[in-house]
Amino acid sequence: MTRRMHFTLGAIAAMTLSTAAFASEVAPDAVEFGDEGVMTSLTGVAGDPVAGAETFKSRKLGNCLACHANADMSGELFHGDVGPSLDGVADRWEEPMLRAIVANSKQIFTEATIMPGFYSLEVGKHLREDLEGQTILTAQQVEDVVAYLGTLKE
Amino acid sequence: MKRLLVAGVVLAASLAGSGPIWADPVDDTLEIDGVPIVTRTAAPEGHPFDELYSGWLFREKETRDLSRDSFENPGMIAVEDGEAMWNTVEGTAGKSCASCHGDAAESMKGVGASFPKWDADSGRPINVELQINKCRTEQMGAEALPFNKGGQQELTAYIKHQSLGMPVKLDLTEGEMQSWWERGKDVYYTRTGQLNLACASCHEVAMGKMIRADHLSQGQVNGFPTYRLKSGLTSLHQRFRGCIRDTRAVQPDAFSDDLMALETYVTWRGTGLSVETPSVRQ
Ligand code: HEC
Ligand code: HEC
Ligand code: HEC
Repeated sequence: MTRRMHFTLGAIAAMTLSTAAFASEVAPDAVEFGDEGVMTSLTGVAGDPVAGAETFKSRKLGNCLACHANADMSGELFHGDVGPSLDGVADRWEEPMLRAIVANSKQIFTEATIMPGFYSLEVGKHLREDLEGQTILTAQQVEDVVAYLGTLKE
Repeated sequence: MKRLLVAGVVLAASLAGSGPIWADPVDDTLEIDGVPIVTRTAAPEGHPFDELYSGWLFREKETRDLSRDSFENPGMIAVEDGEAMWNTVEGTAGKSCASCHGDAAESMKGVGASFPKWDADSGRPINVELQINKCRTEQMGAEALPFNKGGQQELTAYIKHQSLGMPVKLDLTEGEMQSWWERGKDVYYTRTGQLNLACASCHEVAMGKMIRADHLSQGQVNGFPTYRLKSGLTSLHQRFRGCIRDTRAVQPDAFSDDLMALETYVTWRGTGLSVETPSVRQ
């Protein structure tokens, strides 16, 4: 209910105001994956790389270090190596592809990838009830992480 | 290519000072109080791996050393508690385990290496914990022990410890063991929870990799109950539930059909490894 209101208000705002800051959020099942990734921002609000770094590090949110090493975060203990190092990842991928990988890596790699879909409702069985309909990250958190990944150049 | 990536990670990690990183199980051998322990062995037919590794090979040196020596192993206190329970009279029949089974060093030798077994009475596989409850309720006139309570883990550790060094081997031809094995295999490969991960995602596909500070093993069960340095004695179903919880899924009940099937299947995945109970883990 509140979600729908939020959505409607957002959509109206986007129509009446020319500023992108009020654009509505793209719902997880409405994200469009093309050959070059996800072209449009999920929120219309520019990602904040500083907030993105926090989300990336946090064990409760991205927990990206569980599986990826990242020299930019050498102050953090224990970087995993289940996935590749993310050093210089912005040299390898453009923003739309980074957004696609974070939102739902299964669309980009294979169904079998171990990397969770952070903005996806395609989840495993026996989902904890309180997580029904919830994505791991919010749309804005994904945009923030993508903005942070954009800073990882070599 | 893969090797290159790994090399890159090792480099990044050593620059980052984030501690040791291994890509593989270590090259080390284990003897516990003079008993040789098989920590690597050829996999049985139809197994996804060629070689099986005990979780011991994935732990750091200090942790491995604690398993080597019974006096150092903090899990041995639980085994001693289990021994006391073995000899304690309980229930309306006025009996202890020892009244019928005598000296566990003889009567229980090898027994723990071949559970779960088929239990015709209940029509499902039975593990050591449930066998203890069966004897308590049917032979002793005592109450069944609730999951992880009343010394269940200690008595289980004591019984399994009597098979120290003996190879894990299940009889899948008994009763309907084969179909429970199949069901357990389904559970093993089913992705669960918000993180959408199966047992195989971590313990098969990513085996040998680091997930944060944890070196991913094959998820073998030959050391259970294990002694975890951060949380003490840990039963097998507690470990299963913890791994499933970490995928952000509903945790199945201990001894539920899914977890009994999983125990059957995962135990088979360790066929030929030695029983190490109580092995030390981080
Ligand atoms: C459970 C492990 C896991 C977690 C957690 C994880 N990833 Fe990944 N990631 C992988 C794997 C594995 C790959 C490689 C693709 C494959 O093999 O499926 C990958 C690939 C990537 C890539 C492509 C890298 C390249 O150079 O091609 C990016 C970018 C990425 N992940 C970002 C993230 C971010 C950001 C997070 C946190 C929000 C994250 N990952 C969390 C496992 C993980
Ligand atoms: C009154 C005699 C009696 C007592 C007391 C008794 N048991 Fe048993 N136990 C049996 C019998 C009979 C069997 C075989 C039939 C069955 O499975 O119930 C058995 C089987 C077992 C087995 C399986 C052995 C195998 O080779 O598969 C284990 C393990 C076991 N008991 C443990 C215990 C423990 C632990 C206690 C104390 C809590 C205990 N028993 C108390 C009679 C007893
Ligand atoms: C997100 C990754 C992950 C998933 C999914 C996972 N585990 Fe684990 N598991 C771990 C980690 C980390 C450890 C501790 C380090 C190790 O031994 O691998 C562990 C340990 C274990 C151990 C103890 C191994 C030992 O030697 O003491 C067993 C058994 C186990 N897991 C079984 C399972 C089973 C069965 C499933 C599926 C229901 C499962 N795990 C799913 C990460 C995972």
